[in-house]
Amino acid sequence: MKKLINSPDEVLADSLVGVAAAHPSLTVNSSDRYIARAGGPTPGKVGLVSGGGSGHEPLHGGFVGYGMLDAACPGEVFTSPVPDQILAATRAVDGGAGVLHIVKNYTGDVLNFQMAAELAADDGVRVEGVVVNDDVAVENSTWTAGRRGTGATVFVEKIAGAAAELGADLGTTAALGQAVNDRSRSFGVALTPCTVPASGKPGFELGEDEVELGVGIHGEPGRARGRLASARELVGVALDAIHADMPLSGEVLVMVNGLGGTPLIELYVVYAAVAEWLAGHRVWITRNLVGNYVTSLEMAGCTITVCRLTPQLTHLWDAPVVTPALRWGR
Amino acid sequence: MTTSPVPTMNGDSVDTDRARTWVQAIAAAVDQHKDHLTQLDSAIGDADHGTNMHRGFSAATTAVAAMEPDTVGAALITAGTTLISTVGGASGPLYGGAFRAIGKALDTPTAGTQQLAAALAAGLASIQKLGAAAPGDKTMIDAYAPALAAFQQQAGAGADLAAAATAAADAAEVGMRSTTPMQARKGRASYLGARSIGHQDPGATSTALVFRALAETLGAR
Ligand SMILES: Nc1ncnc2c1ncn2[C@@H]1O[C@H](COP(=O)(O)OP(=O)(O)O)[C@@H](O)[C@H]1O
Ligand SMILES: [Mg+2]
Repeated sequence: MKKLINSPDEVLADSLVGVAAAHPSLTVNSSDRYIARAGGPTPGKVGLVSGGGSGHEPLHGGFVGYGMLDAACPGEVFTSPVPDQILAATRAVDGGAGVLHIVKNYTGDVLNFQMAAELAADDGVRVEGVVVNDDVAVENSTWTAGRRGTGATVFVEKIAGAAAELGADLGTTAALGQAVNDRSRSFGVALTPCTVPASGKPGFELGEDEVELGVGIHGEPGRARGRLASARELVGVALDAIHADMPLSGEVLVMVNGLGGTPLIELYVVYAAVAEWLAGHRVWITRNLVGNYVTSLEMAGCTITVCRLTPQLTHLWDAPVVTPALRWGR
Repeated sequence: MTTSPVPTMNGDSVDTDRARTWVQAIAAAVDQHKDHLTQLDSAIGDADHGTNMHRGFSAATTAVAAMEPDTVGAALITAGTTLISTVGGASGPLYGGAFRAIGKALDTPTAGTQQLAAALAAGLASIQKLGAAAPGDKTMIDAYAPALAAFQQQAGAGADLAAAATAAADAAEVGMRSTTPMQARKGRASYLGARSIGHQDPGATSTALVFRALAETLGAR
């Protein structure tokens, strides 16, 4: 294992010190392990809390700030946060209008957020949740724990965050987050595995000419192994899977997201293929993100997320946002 | 269920010390098998089960060592709460909730075989209520359910604690091995679909350690 760390057990703690030092707009509570806006809760505004395992940076801490999250709860690398830290963050950001939990659909994340929500409710904080499950690689059937949450989390956090900033109440903010999730689908491809610092070994092995299709963001294997092909062909596999699940039409928001080990030049090669495929299907990209937003440590590969926009969602996407990883309009 | 408030004459009961010893014995077993658990989790999950369990049970051992419990359950409730606060992942709430449920059912200074059987049943009920997994889904349930059945069967037949716990540990290990040919339907491993077949479930493996530690604790006089 070759990593820029001080010790495998201190990666999270050390990185949080770095986050606090780098971003004066954020406050890091190191005992309760959450990252929040430095200004404290905004009175009367719905608070947004997300969280999940670390190793996906900038998700979620990089999306804390005006127009997006109020707090993020980082777990150990690839491990859900514990209820204590989620509860502490929920209490800290409640400005009296209730708190929305944005949770990626993994058993651990769902159980830990659920416990925290029950404890917060005991304290009199109103909590609602949106569970993001956009990954079409997993069949949503009685045979699985349901679909995983991946790239659409960024869209849900941005759009629900904008709505909350504009004064939407808890129910409206949650419904918008849910709508974004329902209108979004993702598919991921991995070219290399990644290594969790505490384990020291890659999560799986891939030959020189192999790719994992439908890979998750925790270094878990995907739904099938395929041959390495051109970017255009792999994009075809991903978009065919998305289109088969949710027929695409009209205006869309697209994210081509790097998993941590893929250079931007390749992400743009992928984006070109995505744009070409969509144009060929008479689907128009009106908003996009290309870059590393939901990573999987140093894994090479990408995820492609498509959201079918409405004028309202476009408007909220365009609303000002000021966070370490997304900023525009102000 | 009624229990004698005084320890039984032959000493065949769980007392506050043995409850604490059980937690320590699990921690020692997890420490020894940490890499194996993580290796199993890297095949069908995200390579953290050993690390998760190790973090949780190390903290639980420290927490129970610092207390002067007056019931059998007190140390187990503290262990459960500590697991919830330190593990994360799916296994944190599931194990944490189970130990809290077991502890709450042992609200006496000592407990006999029947009472422990009922407490272990409460633990399983907690895991199933939270995780909604059924036997055959390739989870910790597949080790826990047969272990509980064996314990209950022994308890019903009048066996002593050590015999019941040994039967439970044996059954847990059989259950653990039975997860290998199963296709996962719950948790992260379910994302692999048919590719989860052929791998032993990490959570079932740690559950077998939990029951073996109980057998060792109750077998030691
Ligand atoms: N719904 C569930 N019910 C019971 N046990 C579960 C469930 N989901 C997962 N598990 C158990 O949890 C184990 C994985 O634990 P761990 O690796 O610590 O958490 P995570 O899957 O969040 O990384 C699995 O091997 C399985 O035995
Ligand atoms: Mg795991």
